[in-house]
Amino acid sequence: MSPSRIATAYFTLVRKEVIRMTRIWSQTFLPSVITMSLYYAIFGTFIGSQIAPTDGFSYIQFIVPGLVMMAVITNAYSNVVSAFFGAKFQRNLEELMVSPTPAWVIVAGFASGGVLRGLIVGVLVLLTSLFFTHLVIYNLFIIMAAALLTCILFSLAGLLNGLFAKTFDAVSIVPTFVLTPLTYLGGVFYSVNRLPPFWRELSFFNPILYIVNLFRYGFLGISDVPVIESFALLSALTVALLVLLLVLFKRGVGLKS
Amino acid sequence: MPAVSIKNLRKTYESGAQALKGVDLTVEEGEFFALLGPNGAGKTTLIAILSGLALKSEGAVRVFDASIDEDPNLAKTYIGLVPQEFNFNIFEKVIDIVTTQAGYYGIPHTVALKDAEPILKVLDLWEKRDQKAMALSGGMKRRLMIARALIHHPRLLLLDEPTAGVDVELRRSMWDFLRERNAAGTTIILTTHYLEEAEQLCKRVAIINHGQIVVNEPTSDLIKRHGDQRLEDIFISLIQKDAQTNV
Repeated sequence: MSPSRIATAYFTLVRKEVIRMTRIWSQTFLPSVITMSLYYAIFGTFIGSQIAPTDGFSYIQFIVPGLVMMAVITNAYSNVVSAFFGAKFQRNLEELMVSPTPAWVIVAGFASGGVLRGLIVGVLVLLTSLFFTHLVIYNLFIIMAAALLTCILFSLAGLLNGLFAKTFDAVSIVPTFVLTPLTYLGGVFYSVNRLPPFWRELSFFNPILYIVNLFRYGFLGISDVPVIESFALLSALTVALLVLLLVLFKRGVGLKS
Repeated sequence: MPAVSIKNLRKTYESGAQALKGVDLTVEEGEFFALLGPNGAGKTTLIAILSGLALKSEGAVRVFDASIDEDPNLAKTYIGLVPQEFNFNIFEKVIDIVTTQAGYYGIPHTVALKDAEPILKVLDLWEKRDQKAMALSGGMKRRLMIARALIHHPRLLLLDEPTAGVDVELRRSMWDFLRERNAAGTTIILTTHYLEEAEQLCKRVAIINHGQIVVNEPTSDLIKRHGDQRLEDIFISLIQKDAQTNV
Protein backbone atom coordinates (compact mmCIF):
# COMPACT_ATOMS: atom_id res chain seq x y z
CA MET A 1 0.00 0.00 0.00
CA SER A 2 1.20 3.49 -0.78
CA PRO A 3 1.69 5.96 2.11
CA SER A 4 -1.48 7.86 1.16
CA ARG A 5 -3.52 4.64 1.16
CA ILE A 6 -2.01 3.66 4.51
CA ALA A 7 -2.99 7.07 5.88
CA THR A 8 -6.54 6.58 4.57
CA ALA A 9 -6.77 3.15 6.21
CA TYR A 10 -5.48 4.59 9.50
CA PHE A 11 -7.92 7.51 9.51
CA THR A 12 -10.78 5.17 8.56
CA LEU A 13 -10.02 3.08 11.63
CA VAL A 14 -9.73 6.15 13.88
CA ARG A 15 -12.93 7.65 12.43
CA LYS A 16 -14.79 4.41 13.11
CA GLU A 17 -13.54 4.42 16.71
CA VAL A 18 -14.50 8.07 17.25
CA ILE A 19 -18.00 7.43 15.87
CA ARG A 20 -18.34 4.39 18.14
CA MET A 21 -17.25 6.16 21.30
CA THR A 22 -19.34 9.27 20.67
CA ARG A 23 -22.40 7.16 19.78
CA ILE A 24 -22.23 5.59 23.25
CA TRP A 25 -21.00 8.72 25.07
CA SER A 26 -23.01 7.92 28.16
CA GLN A 27 -20.94 4.75 28.55
CA THR A 28 -17.61 6.18 27.46
CA PHE A 29 -17.29 9.77 28.69
CA LEU A 30 -19.85 10.21 31.44
CA PRO A 31 -19.12 7.48 34.04
CA SER A 32 -15.61 8.70 34.91
CA VAL A 33 -16.82 12.29 35.31
CA ILE A 34 -19.51 11.19 37.76
CA THR A 35 -17.22 8.80 39.67
CA MET A 36 -14.43 11.35 39.98
CA SER A 37 -16.88 14.06 41.07
CA LEU A 38 -17.82 11.77 43.95
CA TYR A 39 -14.14 11.25 44.80
CA TYR A 40 -13.57 15.01 44.71
CA ALA A 41 -16.58 15.65 46.94
CA ILE A 42 -16.13 12.83 49.45
CA PHE A 43 -12.37 12.34 49.67
CA GLY A 44 -11.33 15.79 48.60
CA THR A 45 -13.82 18.08 50.27
CA PHE A 46 -15.52 16.20 53.14
CA ILE A 47 -12.66 14.02 54.38
CA GLY A 48 -9.82 16.03 52.84
CA SER A 49 -10.70 19.13 54.85
CA GLN A 50 -9.67 17.22 57.97
CA ILE A 51 -6.32 16.07 56.56
CA ALA A 52 -3.13 18.09 56.98
CA PRO A 53 -1.62 19.63 53.82
CA THR A 54 1.04 17.65 51.94
CA ASP A 55 4.10 19.70 50.91
CA GLY A 56 2.01 22.83 51.22
CA PHE A 57 -0.88 21.59 49.09
CA SER A 58 -4.39 20.83 50.33
CA TYR A 59 -5.47 17.18 50.21
CA ILE A 60 -7.82 17.73 47.28
CA GLN A 61 -5.06 19.44 45.30
CA PHE A 62 -2.83 16.47 46.13
CA ILE A 63 -5.29 13.84 44.88
CA VAL A 64 -6.60 15.60 41.73
CA PRO A 65 -3.65 14.56 39.47
CA GLY A 66 -3.87 10.94 40.65
CA LEU A 67 -7.63 10.82 40.11
CA VAL A 68 -7.28 12.30 36.63
CA MET A 69 -4.62 9.72 35.84
CA MET A 70 -6.84 6.96 37.23
CA ALA A 71 -9.57 8.00 34.78
CA VAL A 72 -7.08 8.25 31.91
CA ILE A 73 -5.67 4.77 32.57
CA THR A 74 -9.07 3.11 32.95
CA ASN A 75 -10.55 4.74 29.87
CA ALA A 76 -7.61 4.23 27.54
CA TYR A 77 -7.42 0.57 28.55
CA SER A 78 -11.11 -0.25 28.51
CA ASN A 79 -11.75 1.56 25.23
CA VAL A 80 -9.29 -0.56 23.31
CA VAL A 81 -9.99 -3.87 25.02
CA SER A 82 -13.74 -3.53 24.55
CA ALA A 83 -13.54 -2.20 20.97
CA PHE A 84 -11.07 -4.86 19.88
CA PHE A 85 -12.68 -7.78 21.67
CA GLY A 86 -16.12 -6.63 20.50
CA ALA A 87 -14.91 -6.59 16.90
CA LYS A 88 -13.32 -10.01 17.38
CA PHE A 89 -16.40 -11.45 19.08
CA GLN A 90 -18.82 -10.13 16.43
CA ARG A 91 -16.30 -11.14 13.78
CA ASN A 92 -16.29 -7.70 12.13
CA LEU A 93 -12.55 -7.63 12.80
CA GLU A 94 -12.48 -9.86 9.72
CA GLU A 95 -13.30 -6.76 7.66
CA LEU A 96 -9.87 -5.46 8.63
CA MET A 97 -8.04 -8.74 8.42
CA VAL A 98 -9.04 -9.45 4.83
CA SER A 99 -7.94 -5.95 3.83
CA PRO A 100 -4.36 -4.98 2.98
CA THR A 101 -4.16 -2.70 6.02
CA PRO A 102 -0.71 -3.44 7.53
CA ALA A 103 -0.58 -4.90 11.04
CA TRP A 104 1.12 -1.81 12.47
CA VAL A 105 -1.68 0.41 11.16
CA ILE A 106 -4.27 -1.79 12.88
CA VAL A 107 -2.30 -1.49 16.13
CA ALA A 108 -1.95 2.28 15.66
CA GLY A 109 -5.63 2.71 14.78
CA PHE A 110 -7.01 0.90 17.80
CA ALA A 111 -4.42 2.49 20.11
CA SER A 112 -5.34 5.94 18.78
CA GLY A 113 -8.96 5.33 19.75
CA GLY A 114 -7.83 4.57 23.30
CA VAL A 115 -5.53 7.59 23.38
CA LEU A 116 -8.31 9.90 22.23
CA ARG A 117 -10.78 8.61 24.80
CA GLY A 118 -8.17 8.69 27.57
CA LEU A 119 -7.27 12.31 26.77
CA ILE A 120 -10.88 13.47 26.37
CA VAL A 121 -11.93 11.87 29.67
CA GLY A 122 -8.78 13.22 31.34
CA VAL A 123 -9.63 16.77 30.28
CA LEU A 124 -13.28 16.37 31.38
CA VAL A 125 -12.27 15.02 34.79
CA LEU A 126 -9.69 17.78 35.18
CA LEU A 127 -12.25 20.45 34.30
CA THR A 128 -14.66 18.89 36.81
CA SER A 129 -12.03 19.33 39.54
CA LEU A 130 -12.31 23.10 39.05
CA PHE A 131 -15.67 22.95 40.82
CA PHE A 132 -13.85 21.71 43.94
CA THR A 133 -10.43 23.34 43.91
CA HIS A 134 -8.20 25.63 41.88
CA LEU A 135 -5.67 24.19 39.49
CA VAL A 136 -1.92 24.51 39.98
CA ILE A 137 0.30 23.91 36.96
CA TYR A 138 4.02 23.48 37.59
CA ASN A 139 5.17 22.15 34.18
CA LEU A 140 2.71 21.85 31.28
CA PHE A 141 5.10 19.83 29.12
CA ILE A 142 5.43 17.11 31.76
CA ILE A 143 1.65 17.00 32.20
CA MET A 144 1.04 16.57 28.48
CA ALA A 145 3.88 14.12 27.92
CA ALA A 146 2.84 11.99 30.91
CA ALA A 147 -0.81 11.96 29.83
CA LEU A 148 0.03 11.04 26.23
CA LEU A 149 2.54 8.32 27.12
CA THR A 150 0.17 6.84 29.70
CA CYS A 151 -2.67 6.78 27.18
CA ILE A 152 -0.47 5.03 24.63
CA LEU A 153 0.83 2.51 27.18
CA PHE A 154 -2.58 1.52 28.49
CA SER A 155 -4.18 1.51 25.05
CA LEU A 156 -1.54 -0.98 23.96
CA ALA A 157 -2.07 -2.98 27.13
CA GLY A 158 -5.80 -3.06 26.39
CA LEU A 159 -5.07 -4.26 22.88
CA LEU A 160 -2.89 -7.07 24.23
CA ASN A 161 -5.72 -8.08 26.56
CA GLY A 162 -8.21 -7.97 23.67
CA LEU A 163 -5.93 -10.05 21.49
CA PHE A 164 -5.80 -12.94 23.95
CA ALA A 165 -9.30 -12.61 25.40
CA LYS A 166 -11.65 -15.40 24.43
CA THR A 167 -14.57 -14.48 26.70
CA PHE A 168 -16.08 -11.31 28.15
CA ASP A 169 -14.78 -12.42 31.56
CA ALA A 170 -11.23 -12.24 30.23
CA VAL A 171 -11.87 -8.64 29.21
CA SER A 172 -12.84 -7.57 32.72
CA ILE A 173 -10.34 -9.63 34.74
CA VAL A 174 -7.32 -7.37 34.19
CA PRO A 175 -9.08 -4.04 34.90
CA THR A 176 -10.81 -5.45 37.99
CA PHE A 177 -8.09 -7.56 39.55
CA VAL A 178 -4.90 -5.87 38.32
CA LEU A 179 -5.40 -2.28 37.19
CA THR A 180 -7.78 -1.10 39.92
CA PRO A 181 -5.72 -2.45 42.88
CA LEU A 182 -2.46 -1.18 41.37
CA THR A 183 -4.00 2.25 40.79
CA TYR A 184 -5.42 2.52 44.32
CA LEU A 185 -2.05 1.41 45.73
CA GLY A 186 -0.14 3.64 43.31
CA GLY A 187 -0.10 6.74 45.45
CA VAL A 188 -3.28 8.33 44.14
CA PHE A 189 -4.55 9.07 47.67
CA TYR A 190 -1.32 9.23 49.65
CA SER A 191 2.39 9.86 49.46
CA VAL A 192 4.33 6.58 49.73
CA ASN A 193 6.81 8.43 51.95
CA ARG A 194 4.19 8.21 54.68
CA LEU A 195 4.06 4.40 54.51
CA PRO A 196 6.04 2.01 56.78
CA PRO A 197 9.38 1.02 55.15
CA PHE A 198 8.21 -2.43 53.95
CA TRP A 199 5.10 -1.11 52.18
CA ARG A 200 7.03 1.86 50.87
CA GLU A 201 9.67 -0.40 49.26
CA LEU A 202 6.96 -2.70 47.90
CA SER A 203 5.19 0.27 46.33
CA PHE A 204 8.23 0.99 44.17
CA PHE A 205 7.48 -2.24 42.23
CA ASN A 206 4.13 -0.77 41.17
CA PRO A 207 4.55 0.97 37.77
CA ILE A 208 1.43 3.06 38.30
CA LEU A 209 3.14 4.75 41.26
CA TYR A 210 5.66 6.25 38.81
CA ILE A 211 2.94 7.36 36.41
CA VAL A 212 0.82 9.03 39.09
CA ASN A 213 3.84 10.77 40.58
CA LEU A 214 5.06 11.95 37.21
CA PHE A 215 1.68 13.49 36.49
CA ARG A 216 1.49 14.99 39.98
CA TYR A 217 4.94 16.49 39.48
CA GLY A 218 3.65 18.27 36.36
CA PHE A 219 0.92 19.90 38.41
CA LEU A 220 2.43 20.42 41.85
CA GLY A 221 6.18 20.03 41.37
CA ILE A 222 6.34 17.24 43.98
CA SER A 223 7.02 13.53 43.48
CA ASP A 224 7.88 10.46 45.56
CA VAL A 225 10.11 9.13 42.75
CA PRO A 226 12.62 10.79 40.39
CA VAL A 227 10.91 12.24 37.31
CA ILE A 228 13.55 10.88 34.93
CA GLU A 229 13.04 7.37 36.29
CA SER A 230 9.31 7.70 35.75
CA PHE A 231 9.72 8.86 32.15
CA ALA A 232 12.25 6.10 31.46
CA LEU A 233 9.96 3.41 32.87
CA LEU A 234 6.91 4.71 31.03
CA SER A 235 8.80 4.91 27.73
CA ALA A 236 10.42 1.48 28.14
CA LEU A 237 7.11 -0.22 28.95
CA THR A 238 5.43 1.49 25.97
CA VAL A 239 8.15 0.45 23.52
CA ALA A 240 8.22 -3.12 24.88
CA LEU A 241 4.44 -3.49 24.54
CA LEU A 242 4.47 -1.97 21.06
CA VAL A 243 7.15 -4.36 19.83
CA LEU A 244 5.37 -7.33 21.39
CA LEU A 245 2.06 -6.37 19.77
CA LEU A 246 3.62 -5.85 16.35
CA VAL A 247 5.20 -9.30 16.50
CA LEU A 248 1.94 -10.92 17.66
CA PHE A 249 -0.13 -9.17 14.97
CA LYS A 250 2.37 -10.04 12.28
CA ARG A 251 2.17 -13.70 13.30
CA GLY A 252 -1.60 -13.59 13.62
CA VAL A 253 -1.51 -14.74 17.25
CA GLY A 254 -4.99 -14.53 18.74
CA LEU A 255 -6.37 -13.53 15.36
CA LYS A 256 -5.91 -16.37 12.91
CA SER A 257 -6.62 -20.05 13.47
CA MET B 1 -1.67 -16.04 -15.33
CA PRO B 2 -3.94 -18.07 -13.02
CA ALA B 3 -6.12 -16.14 -10.60
CA VAL B 4 -5.38 -18.70 -7.91
CA SER B 5 -2.60 -21.23 -7.78
CA ILE B 6 -2.47 -23.61 -4.83
CA LYS B 7 0.18 -26.27 -4.38
CA ASN B 8 0.26 -28.96 -1.70
CA LEU B 9 -1.82 -26.89 0.71
CA ARG B 10 -2.09 -28.44 4.14
CA LYS B 11 -3.82 -27.20 7.24
CA THR B 12 -3.66 -28.88 10.63
CA TYR B 13 -5.45 -27.15 13.48
CA GLU B 14 -4.04 -27.01 17.02
CA SER B 15 -6.50 -29.76 17.97
CA GLY B 16 -4.68 -32.01 15.49
CA ALA B 17 -7.58 -32.05 13.03
CA GLN B 18 -6.36 -32.04 9.43
CA ALA B 19 -8.63 -29.75 7.43
CA LEU B 20 -6.60 -29.78 4.22
CA LYS B 21 -4.35 -32.67 3.20
CA GLY B 22 -2.28 -31.52 0.26
CA VAL B 23 -4.64 -29.58 -1.98
CA ASP B 24 -3.49 -28.68 -5.50
CA LEU B 25 -5.78 -26.31 -7.34
CA THR B 26 -5.58 -23.80 -10.15
CA VAL B 27 -8.32 -21.32 -11.01
CA GLU B 28 -7.82 -19.44 -14.24
CA GLU B 29 -8.49 -15.72 -14.53
CA GLY B 30 -12.08 -15.02 -15.55
CA GLU B 31 -13.39 -18.41 -14.44
CA PHE B 32 -16.60 -18.94 -12.49
CA PHE B 33 -15.43 -21.78 -10.31
CA ALA B 34 -17.39 -23.93 -7.87
CA LEU B 35 -15.78 -25.49 -4.84
CA LEU B 36 -18.16 -28.09 -3.53
CA GLY B 37 -18.03 -30.48 -0.65
CA PRO B 38 -19.97 -31.74 2.36
CA ASN B 39 -19.84 -29.93 5.70
CA GLY B 40 -16.37 -30.06 7.21
CA ALA B 41 -14.73 -30.98 3.91
CA GLY B 42 -12.31 -28.04 4.04
CA LYS B 43 -14.00 -25.46 1.78
CA THR B 44 -14.22 -22.67 4.34
CA THR B 45 -10.68 -23.36 5.58
CA LEU B 46 -9.38 -23.05 2.03
CA ILE B 47 -11.27 -19.77 1.53
CA ALA B 48 -10.02 -18.50 4.91
CA ILE B 49 -6.38 -19.23 3.99
CA LEU B 50 -6.80 -17.55 0.61
CA SER B 51 -8.29 -14.42 2.15
CA GLY B 52 -5.82 -14.14 5.04
CA LEU B 53 -8.15 -15.20 7.85
CA ALA B 54 -6.34 -18.46 8.61
CA LEU B 55 -2.73 -19.59 8.56
CA LYS B 56 -1.67 -22.50 6.41
CA SER B 57 0.50 -25.28 7.81
CA GLU B 58 2.27 -26.08 4.54
CA GLY B 59 2.17 -25.39 0.82
CA ALA B 60 2.23 -22.46 -1.57
CA VAL B 61 -0.62 -20.13 -2.49
CA ARG B 62 -0.55 -17.41 -5.12
CA VAL B 63 -3.28 -14.93 -6.00
CA PHE B 64 -2.49 -13.57 -9.46
CA ASP B 65 1.14 -12.39 -9.16
CA ALA B 66 1.22 -12.26 -5.36
CA SER B 67 2.31 -15.01 -3.00
CA ILE B 68 0.37 -14.96 0.26
CA ASP B 69 3.67 -15.57 2.08
CA GLU B 70 5.83 -12.98 0.35
CA ASP B 71 3.30 -10.24 -0.35
CA PRO B 72 0.12 -10.97 1.60
CA ASN B 73 -1.14 -7.40 1.44
CA LEU B 74 -0.90 -7.29 -2.37
CA ALA B 75 -2.74 -10.61 -2.54
CA LYS B 76 -5.47 -9.14 -0.34
CA THR B 77 -5.99 -6.17 -2.66
CA TYR B 78 -7.05 -8.63 -5.38
CA ILE B 79 -9.63 -10.40 -3.25
CA GLY B 80 -13.18 -9.57 -2.23
CA LEU B 81 -14.62 -11.95 0.35
CA VAL B 82 -18.25 -12.74 1.06
CA PRO B 83 -18.09 -14.93 4.16
CA GLN B 84 -20.57 -17.56 5.16
CA GLU B 85 -21.82 -15.73 8.26
CA PHE B 86 -22.82 -12.10 8.72
CA ASN B 87 -19.79 -10.35 10.15
CA PHE B 88 -20.57 -6.66 9.87
CA ASN B 89 -21.41 -4.40 12.79
CA ILE B 90 -25.20 -4.44 12.96
CA PHE B 91 -25.22 -1.03 14.69
CA GLU B 92 -23.62 0.66 11.70
CA LYS B 93 -25.44 2.15 8.73
CA VAL B 94 -25.33 0.33 5.39
CA ILE B 95 -23.37 3.14 3.73
CA ASP B 96 -20.86 3.27 6.59
CA ILE B 97 -20.21 -0.48 6.43
CA VAL B 98 -19.40 -0.24 2.74
CA THR B 99 -17.34 2.96 2.84
CA THR B 100 -15.41 1.88 5.93
CA GLN B 101 -14.40 -1.30 4.12
CA ALA B 102 -13.25 0.86 1.20
CA GLY B 103 -11.18 2.91 3.64
CA TYR B 104 -9.35 -0.20 4.79
CA TYR B 105 -8.24 -0.62 1.18
CA GLY B 106 -6.98 2.95 1.13
CA ILE B 107 -9.90 4.41 -0.82
CA PRO B 108 -10.76 7.92 0.46
CA HIS B 109 -14.23 8.42 1.95
CA THR B 110 -15.42 10.79 -0.80
CA VAL B 111 -14.36 8.36 -3.53
CA ALA B 112 -15.91 5.44 -1.64
CA LEU B 113 -19.23 7.28 -1.39
CA LYS B 114 -19.29 7.71 -5.18
CA ASP B 115 -18.23 4.10 -5.78
CA ALA B 116 -20.82 2.76 -3.36
CA GLU B 117 -23.78 4.31 -5.17
CA PRO B 118 -23.86 2.10 -8.31
CA ILE B 119 -23.05 -1.02 -6.30
CA LEU B 120 -25.78 -0.39 -3.75
CA LYS B 121 -28.23 0.53 -6.51
CA VAL B 122 -27.67 -2.63 -8.50
CA LEU B 123 -28.01 -4.69 -5.32
CA ASP B 124 -31.20 -2.83 -4.46
CA LEU B 125 -29.79 -1.38 -1.23
CA TRP B 126 -29.44 2.29 -2.15
CA GLU B 127 -32.74 3.25 -0.52
CA LYS B 128 -31.58 1.52 2.66
CA ARG B 129 -28.18 3.20 2.79
CA ASP B 130 -28.94 5.26 5.90
CA GLN B 131 -30.52 2.39 7.81
CA LYS B 132 -28.66 0.41 10.42
CA ALA B 133 -27.71 -3.07 9.28
CA MET B 134 -29.77 -4.62 12.05
CA ALA B 135 -32.91 -3.31 10.34
CA LEU B 136 -32.25 -5.23 7.11
CA SER B 137 -33.89 -8.49 6.14
CA GLY B 138 -31.77 -11.63 5.77
CA GLY B 139 -31.63 -11.27 1.99
CA MET B 140 -30.59 -7.63 2.24
CA LYS B 141 -27.84 -8.54 4.69
CA ARG B 142 -26.52 -11.10 2.18
CA ARG B 143 -26.51 -8.43 -0.54
CA LEU B 144 -24.80 -6.00 1.80
CA MET B 145 -21.99 -8.50 2.24
CA ILE B 146 -21.62 -8.68 -1.53
CA ALA B 147 -21.62 -4.87 -1.84
CA ARG B 148 -18.95 -4.63 0.84
CA ALA B 149 -16.81 -7.23 -0.93
CA LEU B 150 -17.04 -5.36 -4.25
CA ILE B 151 -16.32 -1.81 -3.06
CA HIS B 152 -12.61 -2.00 -3.88
CA HIS B 153 -13.25 -3.58 -7.32
CA PRO B 154 -11.55 -6.93 -6.62
CA ARG B 155 -10.29 -9.10 -9.46
CA LEU B 156 -11.18 -12.23 -7.49
CA LEU B 157 -14.45 -12.69 -5.61
CA LEU B 158 -14.65 -15.44 -2.99
CA LEU B 159 -18.23 -16.37 -2.19
CA ASP B 160 -18.68 -18.72 0.74
CA GLU B 161 -22.29 -19.89 0.54
CA PRO B 162 -23.59 -16.45 -0.45
CA THR B 163 -27.18 -17.54 -1.01
CA ALA B 164 -27.66 -19.61 2.15
CA GLY B 165 -31.12 -18.92 3.53
CA VAL B 166 -32.09 -16.68 0.62
CA ASP B 167 -35.47 -17.17 -1.09
CA VAL B 168 -35.63 -18.52 -4.65
CA GLU B 169 -36.48 -15.21 -6.33
CA LEU B 170 -33.69 -13.33 -4.64
CA ARG B 171 -31.27 -16.17 -5.30
CA ARG B 172 -32.05 -15.98 -9.01
CA SER B 173 -31.46 -12.23 -9.06
CA MET B 174 -28.16 -12.74 -7.25
CA TRP B 175 -27.18 -15.30 -9.88
CA ASP B 176 -27.83 -12.74 -12.61
CA PHE B 177 -25.75 -10.18 -10.76
CA LEU B 178 -22.86 -12.61 -10.32
CA ARG B 179 -23.01 -13.69 -13.95
CA GLU B 180 -22.70 -10.02 -14.98
CA ARG B 181 -19.70 -9.51 -12.68
CA ASN B 182 -18.05 -12.61 -14.10
CA ALA B 183 -18.76 -11.48 -17.67
CA ALA B 184 -17.16 -8.15 -16.79
CA GLY B 185 -13.95 -9.99 -15.92
CA THR B 186 -14.16 -10.79 -12.22
CA THR B 187 -12.94 -14.28 -11.37
CA ILE B 188 -15.37 -15.94 -8.97
CA ILE B 189 -14.89 -18.87 -6.63
CA LEU B 190 -18.16 -20.07 -5.17
CA THR B 191 -18.81 -22.55 -2.41
CA THR B 192 -22.40 -23.64 -2.06
CA HIS B 193 -24.61 -26.42 -0.87
CA TYR B 194 -27.13 -25.60 -3.59
CA LEU B 195 -25.70 -27.77 -6.36
CA GLU B 196 -28.20 -26.41 -8.85
CA GLU B 197 -26.53 -23.05 -8.25
CA ALA B 198 -23.10 -24.43 -9.13
CA GLU B 199 -24.53 -26.21 -12.17
CA GLN B 200 -26.16 -23.02 -13.42
CA LEU B 201 -23.30 -20.64 -12.76
CA CYS B 202 -19.95 -22.39 -12.81
CA LYS B 203 -17.97 -23.50 -15.81
CA ARG B 204 -15.61 -25.57 -13.70
CA VAL B 205 -16.24 -27.50 -10.54
CA ALA B 206 -14.00 -29.03 -7.89
CA ILE B 207 -15.24 -31.34 -5.18
CA ILE B 208 -13.34 -31.46 -1.91
CA ASN B 209 -13.83 -34.18 0.66
CA HIS B 210 -11.86 -34.92 3.82
CA GLY B 211 -9.43 -32.14 2.89
CA GLN B 212 -8.59 -33.51 -0.55
CA ILE B 213 -9.75 -32.58 -4.05
CA VAL B 214 -11.52 -35.61 -5.49
CA VAL B 215 -12.79 -34.03 -8.71
CA ASN B 216 -11.69 -30.98 -10.67
CA GLU B 217 -12.99 -30.57 -14.21
CA PRO B 218 -15.33 -28.50 -16.38
CA THR B 219 -18.92 -28.81 -15.18
CA SER B 220 -20.15 -29.91 -18.61
CA ASP B 221 -17.49 -32.68 -18.85
CA LEU B 222 -18.33 -33.95 -15.37
CA ILE B 223 -22.03 -34.15 -16.19
CA LYS B 224 -21.38 -35.79 -19.57
CA ARG B 225 -19.01 -38.34 -18.00
CA HIS B 226 -21.76 -39.36 -15.62
CA GLY B 227 -24.38 -39.90 -18.29
CA ASP B 228 -26.01 -36.48 -18.06
CA GLN B 229 -27.05 -36.93 -14.45
CA ARG B 230 -27.83 -33.90 -12.33
CA LEU B 231 -24.80 -32.45 -10.52
CA GLU B 232 -26.50 -33.22 -7.21
CA ASP B 233 -26.66 -36.97 -8.02
CA ILE B 234 -23.07 -36.97 -9.26
CA PHE B 235 -21.94 -35.20 -6.09
CA ILE B 236 -23.68 -37.71 -3.82
CA SER B 237 -22.29 -40.72 -5.68
CA LEU B 238 -18.76 -39.28 -5.67
CA ILE B 239 -18.87 -38.48 -1.95
CA GLN B 240 -20.21 -41.94 -1.14
CA LYS B 241 -17.55 -43.56 -3.31
CA ASP B 242 -14.86 -41.48 -1.60
CA ALA B 243 -16.22 -42.46 1.81
CA GLN B 244 -16.01 -46.16 0.88
CA THR B 245 -12.43 -45.70 -0.36
CA ASN B 246 -11.45 -43.97 2.89
CA VAL B 247 -12.99 -46.79 4.95
